[in-house]
Parts: sequence; structure tokens; C-alpha cells
Amino acid sequence: MTPELGQLALILALLLAFAQGVLPLVGAWRNNRALMAVARTAATGQAVFVTMAFLLLVWAFLKFDFSVQYVADNSNLALPWYYRVAAVWGAHEGSLLLWIFILNLWTLALAILSRNLPEIFVARVLGVLGLVSVGFLAFIIFTSNPFMRLLPMPPDGGDLNPVLQDPGMTFHPPVLYMGYVGFSVAFAFSIAALLGGELEQAWVRWARPWTNVAWGFLSAGIVAGSWWAYAELGWGGWWFWDPVENASFMPWLVGAALIHAQAVTEKRGGLRAWTILLSIFAFSLSLLGTFLVRSGVLTSVHAFASDPRRGLFILCFLAVVVGGSLLLYALRAPKVAGGKPFSVVSRETAILIGNLMLTVAAAMVLLGTLFPLLGDALNLGKISVGPPYFGFLFTLLMIPVVVLLPFGPYLRWGKSDTPLLKRVMGRAGLAAVASAIVAGFVTSGETKAIAGTAAAVWCGFGTLLYVFKRWREMPAGRRYPAEMAGMLLAHFGVGVFLAGVLLTNALSVERDVRVAPGQTESIGGYDFRFDGVQQTQGPNWQGDQGTVTVMRGGREIAVMHPQKRTYTRGQVQTESAINPGLFRDLYVALGEPMDRAHPDGAWALRLYDKPFVRWIWAGGLLMMLGGFFAAADRRFRTRRVAQTQGVSSPALQESRA
Amino acid sequence: MSRLLPFFGFLLLVVLFGFGIWWNTQHDQREVPSPLINKPAPAFALPKLDDPSQTVSRDTLLGKPYLINVFASWCIACGEEHPVLMTQGKSIGVPIIGYNYKDAPDDAKAWLAQHGNPYDLVIADQEGRTAIDFGVYGAPESFLVDGKGVIRYKRIGPLTPEAIEKELKPAIAALAKEPAP
Repeated sequence: MTPELGQLALILALLLAFAQGVLPLVGAWRNNRALMAVARTAATGQAVFVTMAFLLLVWAFLKFDFSVQYVADNSNLALPWYYRVAAVWGAHEGSLLLWIFILNLWTLALAILSRNLPEIFVARVLGVLGLVSVGFLAFIIFTSNPFMRLLPMPPDGGDLNPVLQDPGMTFHPPVLYMGYVGFSVAFAFSIAALLGGELEQAWVRWARPWTNVAWGFLSAGIVAGSWWAYAELGWGGWWFWDPVENASFMPWLVGAALIHAQAVTEKRGGLRAWTILLSIFAFSLSLLGTFLVRSGVLTSVHAFASDPRRGLFILCFLAVVVGGSLLLYALRAPKVAGGKPFSVVSRETAILIGNLMLTVAAAMVLLGTLFPLLGDALNLGKISVGPPYFGFLFTLLMIPVVVLLPFGPYLRWGKSDTPLLKRVMGRAGLAAVASAIVAGFVTSGETKAIAGTAAAVWCGFGTLLYVFKRWREMPAGRRYPAEMAGMLLAHFGVGVFLAGVLLTNALSVERDVRVAPGQTESIGGYDFRFDGVQQTQGPNWQGDQGTVTVMRGGREIAVMHPQKRTYTRGQVQTESAINPGLFRDLYVALGEPMDRAHPDGAWALRLYDKPFVRWIWAGGLLMMLGGFFAAADRRFRTRRVAQTQGVSSPALQESRA
Repeated sequence: MSRLLPFFGFLLLVVLFGFGIWWNTQHDQREVPSPLINKPAPAFALPKLDDPSQTVSRDTLLGKPYLINVFASWCIACGEEHPVLMTQGKSIGVPIIGYNYKDAPDDAKAWLAQHGNPYDLVIADQEGRTAIDFGVYGAPESFLVDGKGVIRYKRIGPLTPEAIEKELKPAIAALAKEPAP
């Protein structure tokens, strides 16, 4: 009975989404307050029904309701409860339900937190979100129903893909979707502004905290995904430029550009059309990512089931949403270049260059991702571009961003004084060169390590310099407003990230070894002693578990247990053992026994020493914190926001700048 | 005009995606070329399911083409494939060797007793170790091996009536035209 209730809840949610999408927009157009007032009520109602559907699917998993096809396909009696909950978004239908659930969370938050905004604007924003919701709910109901019955009911189900049975995978999709879907809010703000022909930029200030939070979540989601790939796939890699990874990375890049463009528009009135265009791009790329992942147009290691009917549906949806918004943009974007003039040496210029690089990088990633498709289209055969293409071009494009980054806070809007910048350049440059020389000696001239150290110190130290400057010059309590603290955190995070990427890349040691029990192999100054393999068992798997004792200079550092699991349905999954550290990770993956008849004999092991690998994720998490901090700035919460609407007093604009 | 550029750019993308969807309906996603095709089958030696004292190896099967079909009683998709093998198995004209994969022998026998046995011969790989040499992703999978012991065709996933008509039978017909070893 409950699955039918879930189905019914989805249908009701679709009807409410339709009301939310159409009535308020008509109301805003005809200036009918009653119709506009529908927006909040319909949004709340829709959220209630979608939440209900979501919880009912969770319930079906918890109760082993194998009469539901989706539950039977993705769980079984042996699967522990936490993975049964995670199985809700373990495959296509459920992850779409998660998508729409999160869209509703954002819409609901917006409905509640937008009391201070002009009603007509809120009506438009919620209306646009309602229309997005209609598309996704219809997609679920007509092509991907998670509540489909399976008769006769099997006594036991299949299994959640063992690759997904990992804590990292439990959090990765919801957090990632929070980011992905969060860009729908910035998108809705932009469309509302286009529809209303807003001449003012007040709406950009309202949109900023939402964009920052979404981007923060997206950063966290990508970090979680990267961590999962590292821990679970057993290759010791943390990023593969896989189409599905790229699908989340493109909105992130454009989102980073958008955050900066919004700041310019809000404070200086410039780049208005560009900000709108970027909002459209960021959300379009989120939709595009969903399309690429869900339609099966591209094959990837993520290997989702593909169905041409679904692909066609999302393509039509994509065409309507993105095509419609871009057409609207062409017709209604602000025609006059607004904003205050700025000179060559100014914060605007730096942001513009950064924006350009980030956007071009996103376009480059898109091109690389679509290359196999282009290959098919132009009849060039099965071709795809791999990490060399992405790695080379991406590094090239990010160099200007890294070079400009420490100057960000020092640069003033409009026009900056060059002597101050020269001083910063001198100090940060000196620190970078000095540490590069040290790194050169320590690593005996490893180019990437030197470049990594220099770039990381340049960004990190440059940012710290500004922190000190504020500390010296400003009175306590006014030193770091949240918005600035966020910016400094995120910029510092870029430095940490750079150190992680380049040092790991340069200094990692990897060895495939064949070891008999008792035998010792060394890499990077660590001795790994193999102590044999035992049988072990989990709730829904059996496996071989190796024991590896790691020693340095005769002292025992860690005992590691890499596993090779065989799940109930026969899938084999490697669980690498990782000994984490601030400056290095030790990583052991269990291979195959040399002689299958004698598992107590020699085995193949893969050993890694990965210095600074954790800095990659630490950097990402700092960027996430930066997004959250900036969004918490009091400036975004004051009631004054509502009053500035309609009062285009230049004096007021000035005071905000 | 320049404001329409993003729109036109996007139109190009939509055309490309539309093409992608059409392309995928024309081409099977499973068309991943297997590295084993046109290579000798791994030199396996596995016990018979119903009589483990007898072993079947690649060399004992040399001389005539045969189809290896990987199946297991726990495999849901094999249940879908099974009726197809029951009705059309005889029509393909080569012996079908059931490759029982990571299965308890009693479960496998019960499963065959219940659903019928389309196989000329069933071998059991209880540990699934020989399957690694074959590059088996999961069950069901099928390999067509020619008289010289070379893998000529592979299918990942259930054999459908369509796949049998359009892929398997042409592959077998091509074998028949070759000179006998």
C-alpha cells in the first residue's frame, strides 16, 4: 500500500508544482496579488508531498519491501540498514527522487527566508523554481518511477552496487546535489530579474548568499566524491576526469566565476548581463550534468543504466529550460553597459580575467567530455581525450588565476595604487621563491614539487599577508567581516589545494610487489611487512584480509588491513587500507594470490606512499567553508534589503559600495 | 545579435545530444570490444556440475565450435535469459556449454531441475577463478569459441532473441564458412 501512496504523493506534488510554476508568474505579469500569494503555499504543499514520497521510499528499503522493483534491485536482506538508506539514491530512479527532494528543500528555504523581499519578485522566483520542479517530477513519474511494483515479489533482492557500499558514497550524492540543485536558486533569481526587467541590482545582493551556499555544498560534494574514489577504487587516484566527475566540476567552475561576478554587480553595478548569463550557465551545466549522467549518451566508469526514452525526455527538458532562458536573456538582458568605470589596475579587471579563465576552463572540460560524442558524430571512430588533455589545458588556464589570486583583497574597486601591489608582489614572491629553492633541495629538483610549493606559498602566504594587514590596521571586531573571512578562507584553500595536488603528483611512490608472509618491501623509507591473509566476514560479504605491518627505522608505525571482499551477489570489491597522516598517506591494496590453491602463500600487493594527498581535500573543504562564511555576512540579512527596492538613489548605491 | 550567441551555441549542443541519443539507439552500448575476441580462450579445466570427478578442458573441446554461457542460480538476469535458451538454444546449431559461476552445486542443480536444462554440458567454477581469465564481468555472459579454441564473439548480459538472430547466428554462420581445422 505504501508504494502507491508514494506514487500518489508524487502526482499531487506534480500538480502543486504546476500551480506554483504557472499561477504566480501570471500573477506577477497581471499584477494580481492573490495569484502571487499562491507561490508560497504551493511551494510548501509540494515540499510536503515530495518529502512524503521520499520518506516512503526510505521506508520501503528499511522494511525490505521487495515488491517494489527499485528496492528489489538495489538491496537485499543482508544489507545493513545504513546502506539500505543510502541505496535510496544508489540508482537512477531514487537519485532523481533525491534531486527533486533537495530542490524542494531549497524552494522551501527560499519561501521561508524571503519575507523581506518584494512580493512580486518572490512570486517570479518561486514560479521559475516551480517550473523546474514540474520538469523533474514529470520525468520521474513518466519515465523513472521508483515505486514501480514487481510481481511476483522475490524472496530476496539484488544488491546495492558494492562500489557504493562505503561511507563516502553515503554522503557524496546528497551533498553534491545540494550544490548542483542550489544553483537553481541563483538561476531563478536571474530569470525573475529578466522577466521583471529589473533595472536595479538589488536582486543580485539577495541572490549572493544562496549562490555562495550552493557553491560551498558543491565543493564539499566534489571533495567527498574524490575521497571516495581514492579510498574505494583502489587505484590511489583522486580525480580521473571521468565524464561524471566533469559533470559536477563544470558547474563548480562556472559557480566560482559567478560568485565573483555577483560581487562586482552588487557593489559596482558592472557586469550585469554577464552575471545573469553565468547564473544561467551554472544551472544549465547542472542540468547538463544530469543529462549526461542519466541519458547514457556517454559511457563512463559510473555506468548508469541508460534508456533512450529518458535521454530524449531530459534533452527536451534541457532544450526548453536552457533554450528558453537564453532566448529570454537575448531579448531582455540589460542593453546598456552599466556600473562605474574602472581602470586597468583594479579589482574589476582581476575578477574579469579570473572569470574569463574559469569560464574557458569549463568550456574546455565540456569539449573534452563531449569529445567521444563528437567523434561518433564526425565519424572519427571511438575516440576520447584523457587526463593529458585535461591536465595540460587546465593547468595552463589556471596559471593566470593563481597569479592574480593573492592580489584580490588588496585590489580596490575602480582603481588601485600600484606601489602597494608591488610590495605585496615582492613579499609573496620572495616567500614563494625561497620555499621553491628549499623544495628543490629537499626533493632533489622535482619540477612539479617546486612549482607546487611556489604556487601554494604564493597563494597561501599572499592571503596571510592580507590577514596580518587587517589585523594591524583595523580595530578589533571590524577586522574580518564574514564576507571577507569567507573570501580569505577560500583563497587560502586554493593554496592548500595546490600544494596537495602538485606535491602528491610529484612525490608519490607506487609499487606493485609480490610478497610471501614474513617478507618485507620498502618504499619511501617505510618498510611494509606482509603478515599473511586471513578469512574475514562482514554483514553481507566474505573476504580475504591481509595484514601489513608498517615500520620506519625499526619502529612500528601502523598495522594495516587491506581487504578483498566478495559480496553476496558475487561482486568482488577491493577495500584498500589507508594509514592517514597530515603530511603523507600510506595506502595498501590487496591484489591476487600468486597461487589460488594456496591463499596462505605469496600475494600481489600494491603499495603507495602519497605525501600531502590530504591537502587536496583540506583545500576543498576550506573553499567550502569560505562559501558558507561569506553567505553568513550580516549585510545579506538586514531588513534594509526590502526597502531599497524601487529606490534607485545613487547615494544608497554609493554607501553599499 | 551578440546576445543571441549563447542561444545559438546551445542549439548546436542540443543537435549534438540529439544525435547522441539517436546514435545510441542504433548501436549497442555493450559493444565494448573485448580484448579476448580473436584470442585463444584461456586454457581452462573445470569439473562437470553433475559429476565433479570428470573434468572438461579447452583441449577436450577442440575441433568443433561451441558457446559458453555463464550462468548462476543467484543471478536474476540469468532467469530472464533462461527461457530464451530453452526455446532457441537448439536452433543455433552449436553445443551450449553451461558455465556455472560462483554457485553452490546443489543450488545450481535445483535451479536447472526447476527451470529446465538447455545445456549440452555444464561445468562448474565454484570459486570463480577461471572466470577471471575469461574476463567475466558478471553473469550472464556468453562466449562463442571456434574449433581452434579461439573466442570469436562475446556478449555481456542476457542473450535476447534479437541478439541471437542478429549477432550470434551470423557469427556462427561465418564460422561454418571457414575451412575445418
